[in-house]
Amino acid sequence: MTKKTVQRDRVIIRFAGDSGDGMQLTGDQFTAQTADFGNDLSTLPDFPAEIRAPAGTILGVSAFQLHFADHDIMTPGDHPDVLIAMNPAALKANLADVPRGGDLIINTDEFTKRNLAKVGYEASPLEDGSLDSYNVHPVALTSQTVASLRDYDITKKQAERAKNMFALGLLSWLYGRSIDGTIRFLEQKFAHRPEVLAANLTALKAGWNYGETTEDFSVRYEVKPARLAPGTYRNINGNLALAYGIVAAGQLTKLPVYLGSYPITPASDLLHELSRRKDFGVRTFQAEDEIAAIGAAIGASYGGSLGVTTTSGPGVALKSEAIGLAVALELPLIIVDVQRGGPSTGLPTKTEQADLLQAMFGRNGEAPVPIVAPRSPSDCFDIAVEAARIATVYRTPVFVLSDGYLGNGSEPWRIPGPEELPDLTVSFCTGPNWESPDGTREFMPFARDPQTLARPWTVPGTPGLEHRIGGIEKADITGHISYDPDNHDRMVRLRQAKIDGIAESLDPLMVDDPSGEAEVLVLGWGSTYGPIGAAVRRARRDGIRVAQAHLRHLNPFPTNTGQVVKSYRRVLIPEMNLGQLALLIRSRFLVDAIGYNQVRGMPFKAAELEQVIKDVVANA
Amino acid sequence: MPESADTRPRVTAKQFKTSQEVRWCPGCGDYSILATVQAFLPELGVPRENIVFVSGIGCSSRFPYYVNTYGMHSIHGRAATIATGLATSRPDLSVWVVMGDGDALSIGGNHLIHALRRNVNIKILLFNNRIYGLTKGQYSPTSELGKITKSTPMGSLDYPFNALSVALGAEATFVARSIDSDRKHLTEVLRAASRHRGTALVEIYQNCNIFNDGAFDLLKNPETRDDSVIPLHQGEPVLFGKDGSRCVVRGTKGGLGVADTASVNPEDILVHDAHAEDSSWAFGLTRLADLQTMRKSPIGIFRDVERPSYDELMAEQMEQAQSGGPPELQQLLQGADTWTVE
Repeated sequence: MTKKTVQRDRVIIRFAGDSGDGMQLTGDQFTAQTADFGNDLSTLPDFPAEIRAPAGTILGVSAFQLHFADHDIMTPGDHPDVLIAMNPAALKANLADVPRGGDLIINTDEFTKRNLAKVGYEASPLEDGSLDSYNVHPVALTSQTVASLRDYDITKKQAERAKNMFALGLLSWLYGRSIDGTIRFLEQKFAHRPEVLAANLTALKAGWNYGETTEDFSVRYEVKPARLAPGTYRNINGNLALAYGIVAAGQLTKLPVYLGSYPITPASDLLHELSRRKDFGVRTFQAEDEIAAIGAAIGASYGGSLGVTTTSGPGVALKSEAIGLAVALELPLIIVDVQRGGPSTGLPTKTEQADLLQAMFGRNGEAPVPIVAPRSPSDCFDIAVEAARIATVYRTPVFVLSDGYLGNGSEPWRIPGPEELPDLTVSFCTGPNWESPDGTREFMPFARDPQTLARPWTVPGTPGLEHRIGGIEKADITGHISYDPDNHDRMVRLRQAKIDGIAESLDPLMVDDPSGEAEVLVLGWGSTYGPIGAAVRRARRDGIRVAQAHLRHLNPFPTNTGQVVKSYRRVLIPEMNLGQLALLIRSRFLVDAIGYNQVRGMPFKAAELEQVIKDVVANA
Repeated sequence: MPESADTRPRVTAKQFKTSQEVRWCPGCGDYSILATVQAFLPELGVPRENIVFVSGIGCSSRFPYYVNTYGMHSIHGRAATIATGLATSRPDLSVWVVMGDGDALSIGGNHLIHALRRNVNIKILLFNNRIYGLTKGQYSPTSELGKITKSTPMGSLDYPFNALSVALGAEATFVARSIDSDRKHLTEVLRAASRHRGTALVEIYQNCNIFNDGAFDLLKNPETRDDSVIPLHQGEPVLFGKDGSRCVVRGTKGGLGVADTASVNPEDILVHDAHAEDSSWAFGLTRLADLQTMRKSPIGIFRDVERPSYDELMAEQMEQAQSGGPPELQQLLQGADTWTVE
């Protein structure tokens, strides 16, 4: 039977099921197939903190959303065109996001009385008419899968577990994705369990064939490959890109990387990936706690490594005193905070950008720390390299503020060639760096580079330059202990001036304002780049004049930031916090910025921001 | 990093002194420990630039400022973490950690036990004066029960830590105790610690003459020390008291006890073996001391056994991972699935 194929420029699919249904894996595989096909894409995994929440409950629903298109896109999409609901809980938790007329692919096998009751459905939504305005595709996913695996020597439970592959096969057929990559993936994953491999492959193909033969799916969709800038691409999530950025930073600085880390969601993947990169000279140390993790990284930096520690907000809180020590020692250090919902344990698996002020001010004393923030999953690579540049050139701890959305979300990444990466070669101080009034050449551990104000990085093992450093205040130049009031005042100001001076090395803040006549600027930082960009595009399509700028450097700001924010009648700052960048912009530049704030653990929706922009422009 | 044949003249104790004025209270036990360490360091045979002292916070943690090597005075309780990062990334260095009893056993207790179990190649000098000195006299985790201090006017309620019992419980491979004023003994212990590959914990009883003066008098006073100090000598029966009149024997309840030497069979006297794989005897020795009175305090090397050090194991993994030659960054970045846009 030949089926009709309909062209679409973009599609948003959401896979939703129980935590144990394998939705993240299904989403990952569909994403890989989509990347292979050449669409632009953006993903949003959304899962509970519990490893296995009670089965069939709303609490245990795990979802994966993928937006793919024939053009360049910026977000995982607001509303799914297609929802795959593996059980009643998944339907209930996600239905509100699906627009009327959207496709619902529903696993009818799970719509038992008991499962319906679990989530408060009195009647089955498949029968009570409540889904009439949707395009419902009831599929007996579980029993179809089990039926296709009749001939295998596996338990019923094992057979049922392959239903996610059946669903993946069906979706792959529906959107014309090749399943070859998934087949290769399964062959690798189950190399030592041939029965399970065969069952999964059969279920995958059965799902494909089901689409091909059933009358319920009369139409296939096609989303043509996107026209992206020339280059070699791969799909990558933010945590992997950040880990690769750290590996690259080690190569570019020619320093061995040393990661001290303690497992924490959603940053653990950085530890996992870097622990596999010993071939690149990366040492990883899983410490007894967050404090030991940063302590070891500081110790390694002292010894001439590129010290790195990776964590999330609660971990940063524990590391604060040690970060202050690194400020006082003036040694390079990279602190990665993959932000999650807070305060306290908060929402471990959900995204938020509410650690900006913690990074900025969360230490005793005057302890300035540079802050950089990636704006997309692939930008995590570049930001890690940039953090290494600042840390090594200025001999300072540097914060990288990623977040859960960037860490787990993925997009195509144009892989930079070697010639596109900066040379960050570091040189240690190995001899006298100071001329005394009497003309003798000496080594002074706190004599500064006149340009950068950085002090020398002199590692143990360097003959003749033995010296002592520490958290207690040091005399300017000599580095001896000093309680002198004037000296302390000078040192506090020097450390601040050093960090402020980083701004001189930054590219100016770029403003995107095609009309050149915008009166409203939308300013963002971090992972809101995608939603803000998509919203600005939509608003412009409706003739709205609006400018957009996005900060990757939060401390210090690029030198033209004040000039930029002052040249618009209104500055709108959307943030996934209660106005932290807005507070900095207001206090720094005396600009009455308008905040748009949400802390729902989820990225902004473009449509919602579009409306906010239109409102602000209308009232400008 | 430079190691190989060093043709420079041998360094002397004097060269391990810095220009910094030592700022401990006059009469502090730290002075004699510093002098002993400075006198011992030339014997290490390690170039001055390859020695690093890392400390936390407390009176004793000023130590690095007074030793002319590389050094870091860090934050309270965390010296072991910093030393761990340094030692595991730079196996060519001789890394020493100086901590007080509050630093090592209270705020830094977690790091101490984990450093010990990992067996990182660091040498920890634990200056135990059984009091908080730098904060002017509060009880510490090693203070005797009921101690009257500024923060415990009616007496402290916490049962004290026995630092060496803690260390052995944490799987330490080298555990020793010495006394600030006994330079000869401390030097011997330092020598053994420096030869140990892995974490060495040396507890040094140190007198704080301002806030806890006389805490170890029983062990120092010629009148009482023979009956209070139990010296440990490898391979020898554990005897103490005047002319070895008392001895250590296996107790009836699984631990160790003391007896009059004349009243026991010579073969029942414990023969000290710090190299015993089983740490039970070493643990039993740590339990002999009465922490309330300091009577029956064994001094010497309790345990000294071989176990691969963390940094060696890490280096092995690094070597194994790099055996295929230098990897290509581009290859890593590309991964398995790429596509090209013309």
